[in-house]
Amino acid sequence: MVPVDYYIILSAILFTIGVTGVLIRRNALIIFMSIELMLNSSNLAIVAFSSAIKSFSGQIFVFFVIAVAAAEVAVGLALIVEIFKSKHSIDVDQISSLKG
Amino acid sequence: MLLSESVNTGFLFLAPWLVFFPVIGLLINMIFGRRFSENMIGAVASLASGAAFVVSVLLAWSVSASNGEMLRWKLAEWIHIGTLNLDWTFRVDSLSATMMLVVSGVGTLIHIYAIGYMHEDVRFKNDVGRFRRFFIFLNLFIAMMMILVSGDSYLMLFVGWEGVGLCSFLLIGFWYEMDTLARPSWANSNAAKKAFITNRVGDFGFLIAGFIMFYAFGSFQFDEVFKQVHAIAPATIVAITLFMLVGVAGKSAQLPLYVWLPDAMAGPTPVSALIHAATMVTAGVYLVTRSAPLYSSVPEAQTIVATVGALTALFAATIAAGQYDIKKVLAYSTISQLGFMVAAVGMGAYVAGMFHLITHAFFKALLFLSAGSVILGLERGHHHLAHAHHDDHGKGKKKNKKEEHHEEEHHEVFDPGDMRNMGGLRKTMPVTFWLYMIGTLALAGIVPFAGFWSKDEILLDASKNFPFVYWLLTIAAFFTAFYMGRQIWMVFFGEARHEAAAHAEESPRVMTVPLMVLAALSLLGGALNLPFEGFHNLTNWLGHTLGEVEASLLNLQVAGISTVLALLAIYFSWLIYGRNPLKAGQIDPLKKPLGLIFTGMENKWYVDEIYQFIILTPYTKISYFLADVIDWQFWHDFVHETVIAGTYNWVSNIALNDYADQKGIDAFANWLGDVTQSFSATLRKVQNGFVRSYALSVLLGVVLILGYLILK
Amino acid sequence: MTLDLALFLVLALVAIATALGMLLSRNAIYSALFLVLNFVTVAVFYLLLGAPFIAMSQITVYAGAIMVLFLFVIMLLGADALPKTDVLPWQKPLAIALAVVLAAESTFLLVTKARPVGDILAPADAANSMENLRQMGLVLFNQYLLPFEVTSILLLVAMVGAITLTKKEKGGQK
Repeated sequence: MVPVDYYIILSAILFTIGVTGVLIRRNALIIFMSIELMLNSSNLAIVAFSSAIKSFSGQIFVFFVIAVAAAEVAVGLALIVEIFKSKHSIDVDQISSLKG
Repeated sequence: MLLSESVNTGFLFLAPWLVFFPVIGLLINMIFGRRFSENMIGAVASLASGAAFVVSVLLAWSVSASNGEMLRWKLAEWIHIGTLNLDWTFRVDSLSATMMLVVSGVGTLIHIYAIGYMHEDVRFKNDVGRFRRFFIFLNLFIAMMMILVSGDSYLMLFVGWEGVGLCSFLLIGFWYEMDTLARPSWANSNAAKKAFITNRVGDFGFLIAGFIMFYAFGSFQFDEVFKQVHAIAPATIVAITLFMLVGVAGKSAQLPLYVWLPDAMAGPTPVSALIHAATMVTAGVYLVTRSAPLYSSVPEAQTIVATVGALTALFAATIAAGQYDIKKVLAYSTISQLGFMVAAVGMGAYVAGMFHLITHAFFKALLFLSAGSVILGLERGHHHLAHAHHDDHGKGKKKNKKEEHHEEEHHEVFDPGDMRNMGGLRKTMPVTFWLYMIGTLALAGIVPFAGFWSKDEILLDASKNFPFVYWLLTIAAFFTAFYMGRQIWMVFFGEARHEAAAHAEESPRVMTVPLMVLAALSLLGGALNLPFEGFHNLTNWLGHTLGEVEASLLNLQVAGISTVLALLAIYFSWLIYGRNPLKAGQIDPLKKPLGLIFTGMENKWYVDEIYQFIILTPYTKISYFLADVIDWQFWHDFVHETVIAGTYNWVSNIALNDYADQKGIDAFANWLGDVTQSFSATLRKVQNGFVRSYALSVLLGVVLILGYLILK
Repeated sequence: MTLDLALFLVLALVAIATALGMLLSRNAIYSALFLVLNFVTVAVFYLLLGAPFIAMSQITVYAGAIMVLFLFVIMLLGADALPKTDVLPWQKPLAIALAVVLAAESTFLLVTKARPVGDILAPADAANSMENLRQMGLVLFNQYLLPFEVTSILLLVAMVGAITLTKKEKGGQK
């Protein structure tokens, strides 16, 4: 028997790594992948919970999350490609037009 | 009877029309007068005055029809405050009816005369438009005088008293911007001011008397006052009567307040005749007569009044003998005759005083108007000469009057009233000469003219109880005859001393006819009160009001002395002025023998100069001091400007502006702005455009919220 | 130390290691591949938790489709390491610090406050796939039919969006 807590801690750690990736890396694609990692960690937490309370709702939810994540990736990558076409670089630091 | 309702007897209901007719006349002239011709204006005014005369006649008839009982007609309620209850009531008794007849009768004659006189005067002075104004003021005067004589209380009398003072001011200063010789000057307006202010001093005395009267008697109404006379302490009544004497001295030109009357000759001659000879100046005499019950109860006050009158009579007579201006002689003569009247009523001889008032009105008005005729005659001659000079110089067209005057002034300033410019007018102005003679004889007191009878009655009453007064008045009568004789010889006899006099012209009929009426009255007026048994008409008539008066019979001694003295005086004047008539430029023959005395008489005993020195100059100095130093320099410059305004400016500029506002509030407001700017400059750095840093701040926020949730 | 626990720990270690590998790789392709490994590990976790369907869909969708897409784009855009810059020098330390704090906080919260009742199933029971699948299907198509349909539309929209975004302007190369 693995207590739910362990899964939660793991999920938190993975999430943290994902957050760090978003903040540290300058490569747009790596940032995107970190976001996926974050989503994944939350999926893990939901499934863990759903298993603990013996309900299906969590799994259904995760199913939808995966589907939406897929859609999101498609659009996001299209955007990154577009940015690359204009800036010729995937360095997010190059996109600083909103500098005040 | 005294306080009962007015009794509608005879024509009593017409009483208010005494005042209303003149007022209507002046209103018509005021509103429509600009469109009227001169004759129309004069006619309206004379008709108004004449209508008042008709009303007076009817009222007098009503009085006599009711056997001399007093009639009262209440017109309107006036003052009802506390214990003071006064109405505008018309009092018609024999005394007021007498005054009404004299004022309106002589006044109407003077109105008619003035039509002719002012017609020429406004042309000599170059202001034709002022004609209307004269008659408006004349009517106003008649109305005010009527209020005075018909008043039923002292306060009502005072209203008229003030009103005639106002009219006197307006009429003396009629030609306000010039002097008597038509040069631009303050002289006429100063004379008007002098009259008004001197009168005011008199009015002050009258008011004090009124206040004491109200305090003691509780009322101003004649009957209510008179019936309480016995109950009041004599000292109070002495005070009242003596303060009233101050008012009489002002209005009737007695010592020491007579100084305005000679200067009042600056007004046109009809004004001098009407106001300053016949009517206004007699208001004082009327007042004393009306207050007979008051005066009779305090013999001490009577003595003082009589003495003042007698002294005035002599004093003014001496001055008159040294004057050169024809009107000034008559002015001082008026003062002197008023002295006679005041002395008479002061002695308790009220009938004698009123008698002399009436006759004096006749012959003094006659004399003044004739003097006006003489003056105009000289003016006409003067202007004819000016025209003749022009023609001599070969200039065809007529210059206007201004240029003529201008030319004259290059040579000389011509004074048409100066007797030294006259002479021989008997030949060029015969009608005026004879009228003047009649007036002179009446004034000098020669039988059988009216002046003899009235003056004699005064002397008679004086000789009985007041010997001191009697001798003063007798000497004054001597002087009177002397200076009138002097005037006649200087003006009408001898040769003309100025070419203007040589070319003088007679006056038109509109002027001479009223004079003839006055002359007839001067001749026959004595019949009013002959000192023979059964002829004491006036005594009986006035006795209804004044109580029974002992009628005096002719005293041959007194009459003889006065007649002899008068004839002597005329003889002396002939010796000096008539036998060797004056030549042009010759000085007065009395100057050398009398020396300094004559200089004193010439200069009116320097009374005006003394007043100037004692009263006027210090007063002016004090008022200048108060105005310049106290008010302007101290109060205005120092207190207002330096202290208050300076402090205020300092406070607002330096304290508030520099320190409070600029260093304080501005500094603070600017500091706020600067702080905000620097703060926002710092804050702006957050927006660095990098997505990563924005995400970091999101993370920061999440951490903080989670921390908060944990700690909760 | 039971088998479950040991298995869990090993897998957890692998998951964390791969995540860190993804984070720290200079080469983008290596990062992608590390992430694939991570996903597979998580799928195994799902199996352990008794969600076989989710595990399968994780592998097929996430690791199979999404990561392949990522790899395509990486290869399209170049997997070179980006040049070093000095922009935002304080970003890295601060981010790591905050992330650690976040981890601690969230762990604390989830463990103390949001604690569910119950334990995880034994794997043996959890792996009854047919039963799980049928039940999931029933629930999905009965109670959650609307979200299901909406999600399909969402996928359609995403596809259209992706195509529209990358379409060239008129006049340009088709």
